[in-house]
Amino acid sequence: MTDANGSSFVYVTYIRTTPERLWSALTSPDFVQQYWLGVRPEAEWKTGGAWKLVLPDGRVGDTGEIVAFEPTKRLAIRWRNEFMPELKAEGWSLCTMEVEPVGEAVKLTVTHAMEREGTKFIGAVSAGWPQVLSNLKSLLETGSVVLPSREYRP
Amino acid sequence: MDSDPVFRALADASRRQLLDRLHEHNGQTLGELCRGIEMTRQAVAKHLAILAAANLVAWQRQGREKRHFINPVAIREIAERWVSKFEQPRLHALAALKQNLEGEHHD
Repeated sequence: MTDANGSSFVYVTYIRTTPERLWSALTSPDFVQQYWLGVRPEAEWKTGGAWKLVLPDGRVGDTGEIVAFEPTKRLAIRWRNEFMPELKAEGWSLCTMEVEPVGEAVKLTVTHAMEREGTKFIGAVSAGWPQVLSNLKSLLETGSVVLPSREYRP
Repeated sequence: MDSDPVFRALADASRRQLLDRLHEHNGQTLGELCRGIEMTRQAVAKHLAILAAANLVAWQRQGREKRHFINPVAIREIAERWVSKFEQPRLHALAALKQNLEGEHHD
């Protein structure tokens, strides 16, 4: 699952909502926790702010820094896994979330990339993102999620 | 998103083959996808456009190149249309059971 310039994945979903509501859904910890498989973000929501994901059992899952914070448009996070040693060893990734109105919907593009090729980290998040994004879509469009949480191995 | 385009896109063996190739090696250019495949470049481009319209493939410009990525979110959304119908009552039943066992009551 790699490309010539390292490993990356691109996820796209169209959600019937507004850029403002989607932005709020991406950056409000209480809301994020409802669709992000039980994970809760804690961050200083501005460019240069510290960012982390807290697992349902209280451990810190991932840490990083917000490198772009453009409300209703673009959120980019320099991101490293913390709770799985082999993933942490692979170092930093870059996750970019772009919000763009398309007709009556909003297009959300999530790109998660690493400079190194064939990383386990990108493989691991590639299983999670589709679940998180379809939960998010379903929560914004219908008010409920399909998968409330999952197991987080040590 | 309407799911008809997804089913139409998946109904074709050549397009499923392109998705398999992206699954093996994500982020390929049109040229890379044409290599070792018995389809003209035009046919591959046409199939990719249909896959992109169904949101099964996303593409990004990286410098001068246009790279194609399989988008697993669209497949997940299709699955959930039915998964949620089967799973929701069970999840609600479990939530109710948990509330009962833990003695939480909502007035």
